[in-house]
Amino acid sequence: MRWLPRTYLALVYLLLYVPIIVLVVFSFNDSRTGYSWGGLSLRWYESLFNNHAMVQAMWNSLWLALTAATVSTLIGALTALALHRYRFRGKKVLNGMLFVVMMSPEIVLAISLLGLFLLLGLKLGYVSLLLAHVTFCLPFVVITVMARLAGFDERLPEAARDLGASDFTMTRTVLIPVIMPALMAGWMLGFTLSMDDVVVSTFVSGPSYEILPLRIYSMVRVGLKPEVNALGTLLLVFSLVMLMFSHWILSRSKQ
Amino acid sequence: MMLSIRQQPFRAAVLVLVWGWLLFLVLAPNLLVVGTSVMTRNPGTFISMPLNLDAYRQLFNPLYLEVFIHSLYMAAMTTLVCLLIGYPFAWALSRVEKRRQMLLIFLLIVPFWTNSLVRTYALKLILATNGLLNQGLMSLGIIDEPAQLLYTEGAVIVGLVYLLLPFMILPLYSVFDDLRQDVLLASHDLGAGRFATFKNVIVPLTLPGVLAGVMLVLLPAMGLFFVPDILGGSRNLLVGNVIKNQFLDARNWPFGAAASIMLTVAMALLMFAHRLSKRRLGEEGA
Repeated sequence: MRWLPRTYLALVYLLLYVPIIVLVVFSFNDSRTGYSWGGLSLRWYESLFNNHAMVQAMWNSLWLALTAATVSTLIGALTALALHRYRFRGKKVLNGMLFVVMMSPEIVLAISLLGLFLLLGLKLGYVSLLLAHVTFCLPFVVITVMARLAGFDERLPEAARDLGASDFTMTRTVLIPVIMPALMAGWMLGFTLSMDDVVVSTFVSGPSYEILPLRIYSMVRVGLKPEVNALGTLLLVFSLVMLMFSHWILSRSKQ
Repeated sequence: MMLSIRQQPFRAAVLVLVWGWLLFLVLAPNLLVVGTSVMTRNPGTFISMPLNLDAYRQLFNPLYLEVFIHSLYMAAMTTLVCLLIGYPFAWALSRVEKRRQMLLIFLLIVPFWTNSLVRTYALKLILATNGLLNQGLMSLGIIDEPAQLLYTEGAVIVGLVYLLLPFMILPLYSVFDDLRQDVLLASHDLGAGRFATFKNVIVPLTLPGVLAGVMLVLLPAMGLFFVPDILGGSRNLLVGNVIKNQFLDARNWPFGAAASIMLTVAMALLMFAHRLSKRRLGEEGA
């Protein structure tokens, strides 16, 4: 009976990957209808890159993801350090708020931020998207960094303090190098979450700053668009490279 | 020992930044939602005085109640299917050699790192009337004419399962990974059969994982409005579609806010159940 669990695993993996394989194969399909095979072709990649609005949305998304990941890594790392090192009033409340962000349905976060931005009179666009994306990436960075700090020898920062280092110097020379791999992993997680987000972005983006997921969303709601196959394949390759890179960093740091 | 700001400027700066961000972008917006839900709808300014509970009353309007119940049904089915697929999957995964497990988990999260809209769209290629599944079934002679697969309740459930399955599997895998073989052996030595061991040992020990998985699947399954938009047609809406509609199209903010508070309350209840199950397990173990 040893083959049974393995066959089952293989079957579920097959189901998980069939849609992705179909997508990749059909991105090279010459046929216009999108359902039957019409020979190999790169025409959808071509039409993708000739679509000016699409390329603009791609750059917008990349820039948003880069900045959102960077800001959330900075704030997330500081939050994790504060939670790990400092004793302060309301620590539980802080922890609780992070937990709420992570667990609450995305759509709840989305409408709450929309309400805030409209109340403040903030024009919906890059800034509102950035604030929102940093907020939903934050808890994931905090958790990644906290996990790294959990296995950390507490005598190192104490030694640094005894040798006369200030809090800032100690953080810079002792703690930051230790949490570096977690920072990079957290950054990449944030980058991917930002690139993938549809729910929150639908609410807090405006016409002045169109991003990729929303562009895809408006395309796939009606009918089939073969360009989406090509775009999906590119995104897949991109996230695979990112994922392997982050695995490589984490496994290297463990040795 | 409390140190003053002057003695620890770095600490003070960090705490101000972190607290500021969370109070401003988490606490304040959430309080705003609560406030919005008890105000009056206003087409011009979105909301206005006076305060009332109309929005909550509207939740029980038969028209919306039907949508909510249908959404809950689809989310529950999604959760059930995820559990039925995920439970044996996590079990089997935890029994594979450790070295291979890492690779298999990697393969499990690769789709999760791929754009979820694109993956939902890929399902459309397969489920469409002249899509691959219908073509395959027809060429095998199982059906004579294409079946309506897209724009059905089933299509929405398939889409949700596809997107959310890893969130069920990962917490289950973590409890199965902690499940020690000697506990199972002990049960066997005490004369329990396979079924008795499953019922009395494995199920209680993996229950927190089940509840964590349910928590991570059930609520998102009510909020992912783009899945019905792409796969479900206009009759298979989720609570998320209703909320989005109220905020972006119908402009009834109090009602949208009340519906989202309903989701938050449901989440809090599930989290409470999860905690309770963990605590009970802890007491029994001690």
